[in-house]
Amino acid sequence: MAAITPEVAGTQEESLQKRKSPFVETVENLRRSWSGKIGFFLIVFHILLALLSPVIVDALPADPFTREAGRNAAPSLQYPFGGDEQGRDVFTRTLLGGRTLLLVTIFGTAIAMTWGSLVGILMGFLGGRIDDIVMRLIDAFLAIPWLLFLLLIVGIVGTDPWIQMLTLGFFYGIPAVRVSRAATLDYVTREFVLSARARGEKKRTVILRELLPNVTDILLVEGAMRWSWMMLAFISLSFLGFGVPPGGGRTDWGLMISLSRKIMALQPWATFGPIIFLSSLIIGINLFADALAKALGLDRSQGAPV
Amino acid sequence: MIPLIGRRLLMAFLTLILVSLIVFVAVEALPGDMASAYLGRDATPESLAVLREEFGLNAPAYQRYLTWFGGFLRGDLGDSLVRNKPIMEVIGNNLRNTIVLAMTASAVGIPLAIALGVFAALTRDRWPDIIVSTISIFGMTLPEFVTGTFLIYIFAIKLKWFKGVATMPSDAPIDAEFFQIIMLPVLTLTLVMMAHILRLVRTSMIDVMISDYVQMARLKGVPAWGIVFRHALPNAMLPTINIVALTIAWLLGGVLIIERVFNFPGIGNLMINGISDRDLALVQAIAIILAAFYIGINLLADLASLVLNPRLRTARGH
Amino acid sequence: MSEKLVDIRDLTVGYHTKYGRLVHVLRNVNLQIEPGETLGLVGESGCGKSTLGQAMMGFLRSGSKILGGQVKYQGLDMFKLSSKELEGIRGKQIALIPQNAGQSLTPTLRVGKQIMEALDLNAGIKGEEAKERTVELLGQVQLPTPDEMATRYPHELSGGQQQRVAVAMALAGNPDMLVLDEPTTGLDVTTQAHILELLRDVVKEMGTAMMYISHDLGVIARVSDRISVMYAGEKVEDATARQLFKTPSHPYTRGLLESIPRLTLSGIPKSMPGQPPLPGTLPGCHFEPRCQFATDICRQEAPKLESISKTPDDSKKGFGDHLARCHHWEELTKTDFSEELKEVYQDVRKEISTEPAITITDVEISYYRPGFLDNLMGTPHPPATVSGINLTVNRGETVALVGESGSGKSTIVRTVSGLLPAKEGAISFEKFDLTTDVDDRPKELQKRIQMIFQNPDASLNPRHSVDDILDQPLKLYFPDMPQEERDKRKRSLLDRVRLDYRYLTRFPAQMSGGEKQRVAIARAFAAEPEVVLCDEVTSALDVSVQAAVLDLLADLQKEHGTTYIFITHDLAVVRAFADRVAVLYQGRLCEVGTVDEIYSPPFHPYAQMLLGAALEPDPDMEPLLIGGDTPESSPPATGCPFQRRCPVRVGEICDTTMPAWVRPEGSIDHQIRCHIPIPELHAMQTESVAAD
Repeated sequence: MAAITPEVAGTQEESLQKRKSPFVETVENLRRSWSGKIGFFLIVFHILLALLSPVIVDALPADPFTREAGRNAAPSLQYPFGGDEQGRDVFTRTLLGGRTLLLVTIFGTAIAMTWGSLVGILMGFLGGRIDDIVMRLIDAFLAIPWLLFLLLIVGIVGTDPWIQMLTLGFFYGIPAVRVSRAATLDYVTREFVLSARARGEKKRTVILRELLPNVTDILLVEGAMRWSWMMLAFISLSFLGFGVPPGGGRTDWGLMISLSRKIMALQPWATFGPIIFLSSLIIGINLFADALAKALGLDRSQGAPV
Repeated sequence: MIPLIGRRLLMAFLTLILVSLIVFVAVEALPGDMASAYLGRDATPESLAVLREEFGLNAPAYQRYLTWFGGFLRGDLGDSLVRNKPIMEVIGNNLRNTIVLAMTASAVGIPLAIALGVFAALTRDRWPDIIVSTISIFGMTLPEFVTGTFLIYIFAIKLKWFKGVATMPSDAPIDAEFFQIIMLPVLTLTLVMMAHILRLVRTSMIDVMISDYVQMARLKGVPAWGIVFRHALPNAMLPTINIVALTIAWLLGGVLIIERVFNFPGIGNLMINGISDRDLALVQAIAIILAAFYIGINLLADLASLVLNPRLRTARGH
Repeated sequence: MSEKLVDIRDLTVGYHTKYGRLVHVLRNVNLQIEPGETLGLVGESGCGKSTLGQAMMGFLRSGSKILGGQVKYQGLDMFKLSSKELEGIRGKQIALIPQNAGQSLTPTLRVGKQIMEALDLNAGIKGEEAKERTVELLGQVQLPTPDEMATRYPHELSGGQQQRVAVAMALAGNPDMLVLDEPTTGLDVTTQAHILELLRDVVKEMGTAMMYISHDLGVIARVSDRISVMYAGEKVEDATARQLFKTPSHPYTRGLLESIPRLTLSGIPKSMPGQPPLPGTLPGCHFEPRCQFATDICRQEAPKLESISKTPDDSKKGFGDHLARCHHWEELTKTDFSEELKEVYQDVRKEISTEPAITITDVEISYYRPGFLDNLMGTPHPPATVSGINLTVNRGETVALVGESGSGKSTIVRTVSGLLPAKEGAISFEKFDLTTDVDDRPKELQKRIQMIFQNPDASLNPRHSVDDILDQPLKLYFPDMPQEERDKRKRSLLDRVRLDYRYLTRFPAQMSGGEKQRVAIARAFAAEPEVVLCDEVTSALDVSVQAAVLDLLADLQKEHGTTYIFITHDLAVVRAFADRVAVLYQGRLCEVGTVDEIYSPPFHPYAQMLLGAALEPDPDMEPLLIGGDTPESSPPATGCPFQRRCPVRVGEICDTTMPAWVRPEGSIDHQIRCHIPIPELHAMQTESVAAD
């Protein structure tokens, strides 16, 4: 019953109306979807917060680094989330707590997606022995628990944001190789690619002109997803004590949650505060990725949590 | 079919060899070796030399690799310098505990996730689907420690139904008490795992329900239950088998955070301790064991697909 | 008149677009089917025929709804029934045979189980009895070894076998009516012919009525008692099969008939430009924009469906009148259509040059790449996909490679284009060796050989505009050409493929199939090639568009002296367009010759089978079915490639020895590869044609 495909041969006017430009159409679809709007708003909110929080915190009466709020203090007007186990103001700490996370994961995702998708497209295009070998290696890497490698490197080499960025960027590029290779394989046997090859176009031209524009949709959605997964990894590292080192001028949600959990019975807001901020960011990204996938006509639920 | 199984087995073994190489090289590449990690600040050139001699660290890398990997295949992972015990002894009980934890969560979570996924697909875009899908987004996107922390707050602190920690000696017997203690970690793990599988089953089921053959079955006059259970579900399950495997395998890795949250004496907790006190031999051993589990579970999923998917089962060699 | 089995009255179906506009799919359609009668439903894609077929089952695509009228089956309004009542009719009384049986059978259930399910639901037969009946049904649809077939899964059957299972399943409930939606589209010609004969026999035996939907007038001619022609959601003509083909009375029907290439007439048919408008968007006749007979009245006033002649009473079944929806039907029916038809076909034959362009010598091609494990385990290599190809293509001529799916025709062309390596043999073009990979060929050579692909939807990058698409070859082959010159070229290329220059800004999704194929042709000709490889370039197009594309290719050839290697499975297209023909089976050549030689005896047994199975749009023409239709998946290791299906096997020699090429007496270029001596072959074949 393949004939159930739309049977109406659209007239020229109709088809012109239907397709403005793919980009405009995607944006319109996104604007129509609630999850897209909420997700977009949450992401923008968090990025702005990360950029502006030092200024905001300066303007607030509370100080995130002194112990003025009182140990395990309950929320009050001046200290909306109360004080933590050392008496520091939870609210201002929470405002500052996503900065390293965003910095590391945004650049980390960029690194991961760039190398992962380029290698993936190349392997999908080349095929043959080299593809076999690379994919075996990728399989082997995927077999090793992701957190273990991160812990090992971060735990022994150090918790400098640059190291985290590069480490996460490398390891999160590995599954991206798989995804972009699979997307490429869908296109590599299509006739327009064969046509370009039969014409004698250079490999580079075929990859960049014919293949890349067609897999961009999938890569965009994959990038958004990978960003949220990388956040999970980063935040888990700091929860385990391998992220931002305690003390010093930095705070981090994962670390805050890890420390304040012990006083949860007394002062739950010291835990809930950072959890609310962290969750809103990650859920925002996921809602946006979902809406983006729908707007582009893809379905992203096939992705594995690796 | 036999050659197909043989091929899968061979591939799995090949992957295991590659994994062992990667793990070995990664540990080698870290600054300092096991001896200096062990001695730390107390290291003098003399004591280092003695230690290296004693543990065969002076041998060329390939030789040490062969010794290590060969040992692993025979079930001997060498000794932990830090803990001064054979590694198998260090790991044994913790590994058992983790497996029990993961298997309990799977036994509860997987059937439930499949049922809910099918239910959501059949009520697509109506309120039961919306509720199930929304909850699954939370389960899927939030870090395990956030979910765990929440559950502790609700069930341990507010309701006082379960214990908020799962602390016990690592060789505790697996009895009723054991399961009572691990209630909350199991619940956390189940929630997180269900979210992934549920979403996948839902999509897969929706795809199948609009397929030509389901439509054909409708036009043939097959009643609704027959469509769901005879025509749709078996086909919707096929693509999920591998994802279920991936999810279980990922549980083995992700479980270590949950173990930390609940202070449960599993392999994850042990691994983090190993990293903290630089017990590289232990970390290396845990890495290869977890990888072997991952490969094994994927292999099982491949074989299960072979059995359940007639397209694969009846493939005649080529 | 007796009770109607099906009575569709004023059926109007439509749906709302994303932007809330109401679009009609069907408008005021009236249809009646008598018990035991076969109604053919024909029209180009987008005419509403599938929607009509689905409505017949009481089913509409989601989003579509009935805007008026009713579908009555034995007096019951299908859209007023509860879902329980519908379940009782579907399968039991009306059964569907879908287009793609492969996708319509549940992959995880054995086909026997699926038929037993239908028996249980629709005939109340269970258990052992159902098992026996299943085997019986599978035998009735002429599947070999029916009891073994019942234990197979759908993917273990060939396309034709899957279709037979679908027929068996439909027959399980012993229905009074079958709805068939393009059931043979996508099958090989021989398989198609066998399935059509099977359907004809079955309905005759069981007295079943059929609604048969197809775009293929040859198929429709073969199965239908009566035919309704659909255009833009309306019925434009309705007549008995014979009336329709002898005196088509709507310009659209005539246009369709004139655009079909024929086995019996050489030359390119007339094309019918344009495409159907959306139903209900024109005040007058919907066909008017494409009609050569159109006058003012056609633009202003919608014609009514008029009765133009009574059906003779002596016909066995009580057919309705011949109806047509045209203001000018009287003028159209004055002349004899069959005489007119002969003048339509314009012969494009030309002097054949004897200067070779491409010479293929002893070429062997294999897709088989032993993997790491295969090498390790020493898996034996299967026979090569293509083997022993010897063929010379002369300058300026069109050589057609003909064969069913799996015949290796595309493989050969891809090797010539340098996309696939040849395992053995030589291919030469002037001083160049064409067994080299395309990347290793000099630019000059790349430019001179171009390729056009089958599916215009897939051969244009969806992310590139027409401007980008045409720019690529120009930039590649004429790197020094300034921008203005390139822009000028692009316009002139579009002009040559008869597209407006404004198409430059369009994306593939904004064009119809025919337009896309023109752009693909323009892209190939941008290189100013000498040899163009055409891979099934018309098979994805509607017939009216196919004629236009063939015509265009012929014109371009005339203008540039281009050499074509033309792949097709359609023997009528070959007859229309090619100078010389090479018939392939399982990657081996069977027969080579000029078109006239190929289309008259002596034939290679395979060529005869192909020709016999091809259907002409003529209800009086019967296909000649020889041998079975079980397709093979790989060539035999030794001997004649056709050994396993050949109806006139000589004996063991066919299995062991590849026959030598034999040239029939008095032929110019004709060669056949068969163990049967040519005179004997000739005598046998003239006999069977005469007997027919």
